[in-house]
Amino acid sequence: MSAPANSPILADLSGTGPEATYREHLRAGRFMIQRGLASGRHVFYPRIAAPATGERLEWVAASGLGVVYSTTVVRQRPEAGGDYNISIVELAEGPRTMSQVVGIAPGEVRIGMQVKARIDERDGEPLLVFVATGGQGE
Amino acid sequence: MTLRGSAAIVGVGLAGLGEAKGWSAIEIMAASAHAALADAGLTVADVDGLFVTSAFHALPTLSAAEYLGIRPEFFNGSAVGGASFEMHVLSAAMALDAGLCNVALIAYGSNQRTLGGRLMTTLEPQVNEAVYKPRQPISSYAMVTARHMHEYGTTREQLAEVAVAARAWAGLNPAAFTRDPLTIDEVLSARMISDPLTKYDCCLVTDGGGAIVMVRADRARDFPRKPVYMLGAAGAHWHRQIAEMPDLTVTAAAQCGPKAFAMAGLSPSQIDVLQLYDAFTINPILFLEDLGYCAKGEGGAFVSGGALAPGGRLPVNTNGGGLSCVHPGMYGIFLIIEAVEQLRGEAGARQVAGAATALAHGNGGVLSCQATCIFGTGDTL
Repeated sequence: MSAPANSPILADLSGTGPEATYREHLRAGRFMIQRGLASGRHVFYPRIAAPATGERLEWVAASGLGVVYSTTVVRQRPEAGGDYNISIVELAEGPRTMSQVVGIAPGEVRIGMQVKARIDERDGEPLLVFVATGGQGE
Repeated sequence: MTLRGSAAIVGVGLAGLGEAKGWSAIEIMAASAHAALADAGLTVADVDGLFVTSAFHALPTLSAAEYLGIRPEFFNGSAVGGASFEMHVLSAAMALDAGLCNVALIAYGSNQRTLGGRLMTTLEPQVNEAVYKPRQPISSYAMVTARHMHEYGTTREQLAEVAVAARAWAGLNPAAFTRDPLTIDEVLSARMISDPLTKYDCCLVTDGGGAIVMVRADRARDFPRKPVYMLGAAGAHWHRQIAEMPDLTVTAAAQCGPKAFAMAGLSPSQIDVLQLYDAFTINPILFLEDLGYCAKGEGGAFVSGGALAPGGRLPVNTNGGGLSCVHPGMYGIFLIIEAVEQLRGEAGARQVAGAATALAHGNGGVLSCQATCIFGTGDTL
């Protein structure tokens, strides 16, 4: 027998999950991340509660600013599309994410480079990428 | 109460190292299992504990038990990548100690090379990774390497030292897949895969199987081969995907290594031979740091000058490692088997003279799971 809808042990899954909500924001041109209601600590990738603490989260606009934490060039034959960049970006709010730094040659991306988020479209889906802002941070 | 010395490996088996054309993954697994049981003077009819992990079988102990014809009293197929087998040693020791089983078989088999020549994986795409098309797992390890170079000045030459040392050991091991001499320059000038890692900074893609038989220590001397005792074991994991690794230069070996040493009652300097999961050249550098062989950031300098090679200051990956001996997707079991061969004193030209203690350190995922086992001969009990 399934628990009744008002059961205290049945989690509330009304609306959409944080993954889908994040993508809806991206499609609307917004890069949103989550923040702990009490601690103010930011969380990314999107979760139903803060990792390690279980704290409740709210959506907030990301500043979009970040620094390249590490980077690599995936080597690929030109006919297959050529080399491309993969980076881990540390957001100004604290969390890190895998992404790509675009707009410069993949091998020109450097650890410590200041970057800013941009929402591109790839294969009909919004894609969070980063562009260099010309600064060297860390 | 401690598990130190409570269980021993009394049989090991290998099968299809390198290329095993015409053989399936489960056949290679079973061949290594039968070889290990024969080594122990046992048959499958004696096995009542089964420990299997594989990218080929979603329900690994079910597939293996059915194939071998075992109705196990205890079984564990938990998957933490290549480190699964070090965790299986710990689980088997616990199950044996608790009386849940009496003969534990740990086994693995893969035909990923002859099947397709690529890393066999059932790993699901990670939500915020897959859209960027990283070449996994290489790109994750490449970014770890780049960060270590950035923070500590580690050089590509130092990374190449790890590959060159592994190849030199492989040259002493007739079972190793690649045995031709390799130079630092050849590593540096090889095709770049994911900067800064070239082809030779990456492990082999081979076929291969391995198996281990464990029993309680109180009957370990009743078997034909010299028993190798588990002195310590521990595992730890801190992340799944690389962007979530708390610090790209520090692995969870910093957590499980000290626990394994504490259980064993040994310090790093008391280990005679080390097997460190070398999926990529950065791995042994990180593990030497995190296991306490040198300070954080000094791993590059530590491995320089042929330090890990035959005749060097610390014998590491004496079978040739995942870089030059065998790497059939999950390499963890081969670390243990090489440790056993060394402690039996049966490693031939690559034998570390008088080895009485050995460490096997497994790694799974993208430096995600770390698991350390410490073994010793009967004299170390």
